[in-house]
Amino acid sequence: MAGADGDDSLYPIAVLIDELRNEDVQLRLNSIKKLSTIALALGVERTRTELLPFLTDTIYDEDEVLLALAEQLGNFTMLVGGPEYVHCLLPPLESLATVEETVVRDKAVESLRKISQEHSPVDLEVHFEPLVKRLASGDWFTSRTSACGLFSVCYPRVSSTVKAEIRQHFRTLCSDDTPMVRRAAASKLGEFAKVLELDYVKSDIISLFTALASDEQDSVRLLAVEACVSIATLLPQEDLESLVMPTLRQAAEDKSWRVRYMVADKFSELQKAVGPEITKNDLVPAFQNLLKDCEAEVRAAAANKVKEFCENLPEENREQIIMTHILPCVKELVSDTNQHVKSALASVIMGLSTILGKDNTIEHLLPLFLAQLKDECPEVRLNIISNLDCVNEVIGIRQLSQSLLPAIVELAEDAKWRVRLAIIEYMPLLAGQLGVEFFDEKLNTLCMAWLIDHVYAIREAATCNLMKLVEKFGAEWAQNTIVPKVLGMANDPNYLHRMTTLFCINALSEACGQDITTKQMLPVVLKMSNDQVANVRFNVAKSLQKIGPVLDSNALQTEVKPVLEKLATDTDMDVKYFAQEAISEMLFVVSS
Amino acid sequence: METTKLPPTSPSSPTTSFSVPSAEKVDGFPRRSMRRARQRRSHSSSQFRYQSSQVELTPLPLLKDAPVAELHDLFCKKLQQCCVLFDFLDCVADLKGKEIKRAALNELVESVATSRGVLIEPLYPEAIKMISVNIFRTLPPSENPEFDPEEDEPTLEASWPHLQLVYEFFLRFLESPDFQPSMAKRYVDQKFVLQLLELFDSEDPREREYLKTILHRVYGKLLGLRAYIRKQINNIFLRFIYETEHFNGVAELLEILGSIINGFALPLKAEHKQFLVRVLIPLHTAKSLSIFHAQLAYCVVQFMEKDATVTEYIIRGLLKYWPKTCTQKEVMFLGEIEEILDVIEPSQFIRVQEPLFKQIAACISSPHFQVAERALYFWNNEYILSLIEENCQVILPLVFATLYRVSKEHWNQTIVSLIYNVLKTFMEMNSKLFDDLTASYKVEKQKELKRDRERADLWRGLEEHQDRRMQMLTEAARNQRNLQERGERGDPPTPSSPQTSISDHNEPKPSGASSSSSGGGEGTT
Repeated sequence: MAGADGDDSLYPIAVLIDELRNEDVQLRLNSIKKLSTIALALGVERTRTELLPFLTDTIYDEDEVLLALAEQLGNFTMLVGGPEYVHCLLPPLESLATVEETVVRDKAVESLRKISQEHSPVDLEVHFEPLVKRLASGDWFTSRTSACGLFSVCYPRVSSTVKAEIRQHFRTLCSDDTPMVRRAAASKLGEFAKVLELDYVKSDIISLFTALASDEQDSVRLLAVEACVSIATLLPQEDLESLVMPTLRQAAEDKSWRVRYMVADKFSELQKAVGPEITKNDLVPAFQNLLKDCEAEVRAAAANKVKEFCENLPEENREQIIMTHILPCVKELVSDTNQHVKSALASVIMGLSTILGKDNTIEHLLPLFLAQLKDECPEVRLNIISNLDCVNEVIGIRQLSQSLLPAIVELAEDAKWRVRLAIIEYMPLLAGQLGVEFFDEKLNTLCMAWLIDHVYAIREAATCNLMKLVEKFGAEWAQNTIVPKVLGMANDPNYLHRMTTLFCINALSEACGQDITTKQMLPVVLKMSNDQVANVRFNVAKSLQKIGPVLDSNALQTEVKPVLEKLATDTDMDVKYFAQEAISEMLFVVSS
Repeated sequence: METTKLPPTSPSSPTTSFSVPSAEKVDGFPRRSMRRARQRRSHSSSQFRYQSSQVELTPLPLLKDAPVAELHDLFCKKLQQCCVLFDFLDCVADLKGKEIKRAALNELVESVATSRGVLIEPLYPEAIKMISVNIFRTLPPSENPEFDPEEDEPTLEASWPHLQLVYEFFLRFLESPDFQPSMAKRYVDQKFVLQLLELFDSEDPREREYLKTILHRVYGKLLGLRAYIRKQINNIFLRFIYETEHFNGVAELLEILGSIINGFALPLKAEHKQFLVRVLIPLHTAKSLSIFHAQLAYCVVQFMEKDATVTEYIIRGLLKYWPKTCTQKEVMFLGEIEEILDVIEPSQFIRVQEPLFKQIAACISSPHFQVAERALYFWNNEYILSLIEENCQVILPLVFATLYRVSKEHWNQTIVSLIYNVLKTFMEMNSKLFDDLTASYKVEKQKELKRDRERADLWRGLEEHQDRRMQMLTEAARNQRNLQERGERGDPPTPSSPQTSISDHNEPKPSGASSSSSGGGEGTT
């Protein structure tokens, strides 16, 4: 460890500190980001005695610089001489944990949490815990907010007297005067509960939880819902009813939609935490209410959870609960007035079919799927289509295909190109499930039409789609159905369509194999080298380079090379460039 | 190279009858708000669960016809009647009831505004209850999650026909000559005020306008609540700055504060200074600054006019939060600085001129001409010009290099000519200093380059040192491992002796012109 420490003569601290103080923020930031280099140059001793005091005392800076500093210090343990000296890092991090800017503070807390692990139990009590206490009783809310995140990392490793103090401090912060601190405490409540002994969870945490869950500000109450999950997990089943449920019931009917939203959003976790019995008695009605909530936000959050909730219901009466309690609400949501609700539902509803089995799916769910396939909002339709695989497993896709087709066609021609793009991405999946015949008959035309879409992103996606289809249906199918059409576009009067031919060839050559590429595609590409539009010509050069590896060396030498050489003397600068690039690449291919 | 539109000459697409609405052709990227517009309600309401069993309202006799003895009783009954809430999202539901309530509210407003002696003590709890029931509600989620107050239409409160009258009643109640703060304070308490403040987040500007006036009256009449109101406004702002960046009523609250600051006693209390430094100044960092900047700048200037010693905090604060990438905000900051300089005391000016003019120099060299222009306009302000003149010895050296360089480089002619004017002004102010600076400009540039080189050298040295140390550490670790593996053969590893000291041969490499552009690749043989 000793020996080759820093060299005084070379790096006087003053020079380094000048760098850290440079007038230009960018330079200062650069220096701070390389703080470890500076520390290494100084050696551990001088880092501790000179660099850190400087950082603690004199840094009042731009938040960006402070953020970088806070991050660096979290990884500084070795640079100050290892765990026995790690407490030297506490003073600068302490002041960083009190600054106003949230990102800096959060980073300082993160670093403090990190280095807390490197403290020995003694150092933790002597150095770290007093720091937490100082922060917890700071004047300005920022330091108290930071303290909230530090209790749980030191609690498990300190003596029982210190533990009692920590609990007391946490209690105080939970009833802090400023809502900012109460929010911070509420968001750490679950985490803190996890490190506490069960008795204290019951005596301390529950009362704090109850108080925070009925705070005057909804922003605090909703954080208590999050804590509810952890707390419920910690408690034995028999205590849940008396300690947690009253608060949870109250939250599910809170007058603020934000709190109800949170309950809906955490519903699956809550369900797992409270277990099957309470789920059956309490959560099912609560969930029904959330699905019927007056705010669309809440309904959408609940709709998102429908599948997970149903999946996790106790097996013995799952079907009965779903059929009598959940499904009626789901049916109503299908025709909700808000599109976000419908589309949230559409993204999970197909999952119910695996849970309910074939008969129920056909009788009850299928009408819902079909209704959603006809929904006016494209997102709803897309969500249904993207989840077809679940239904396919249960009832086979044929049941749906009659309704599916019009929905697909409509999406394929939607005025918004993003919608068209989304449906293209599902084509390979659909093709796989519907089979080659259905595809040829109904969908092939769509796939070809996308190739001449007026939006490049669609043409590009369509090209990629063809490649995936060929991978699925094989080269022979390609030769019969798509290659002729693609090659036909080479004679199109529109140069963009002619270029699409080239892009398709780029994508398809590998999947189609040497034979098709050499016999059918190559002649077309070569012929296009005489195109009057330069963009087409240099794409010919690129294509040749791209399909080169698929061709045999004979074709390369006798057919490709002369054309590229001709293009290399083209009048257009770009054509020349790409031709030359292709030649140098191809020579490499031939020789290897 | 790719365009998303077909050349006009191309014939219609052959294989399909694929038609695209013309709106889409113009712009392939429809704005999100346009997409939403179709399904958007312009009204929203937020009363959670209307009373399921709606009470049927029956019209009561008119207040003006009531005998004096029954007036208060009737007034009270009307207040209770107005506690019934109606569903305004369903615009045809219970029209009769709505009309009865509207008429009752109108009468109450009328009565409290015009007749004396109506407001007797027993009516206070009833009136406050009626107000609370009607106005206090959880605001609905915004229809548009990316609501931009400058661009988008706000969502209006659907129940406004009643709500407006309730607010009107509240306002008249507070403004009535009969209003007794000592009675009201039992009902208009901290909890009430907190809820009132939360309503400032309403997206409906009409509602915020009422709230602003009402809160102002409450602040004026109920002295016991003042400190609490200030504290809660602080909390709202701090949450806005550091947590959510979203609150619709910042401008309104600042407007109230503007007049509150006006009334602060001197010397300023620590609480008020803290409010300035830790709340008002950081408010400048908000993304939506443009919405409330006028009110904010007003508050800041109010503080300065109250107590000149806060000037330095203000200027240094603004410099700390100076926008780095948003030129629109930079222009706002410059505007605020000018407002501040307009009223600054010369003694305070001296304390901040150095950092301030460094920033102004940086603004002058901004490639965005509006920023440069706004900064150069300072020289058109006579008071500022007089301050500059008095401190020419300090300021000119700070800005000279920038002016000199930008006058030769800036792309915008207006800026160049503005800079010439500024240079001319300086030349007239102090020609000796001006000439000295012109003469030393080149030398300074050289010095700067040299410093840059030295810095590069230093860092190169440091990094080499780091590499060597890392190497040594890994070597040491390896040796130690070997040692352990070899077990008994105690063969103390000699640490590799420190290598050569930092060499001096790291001359800066001239960055040669990078090799080839896309067209100029050389062919291989």
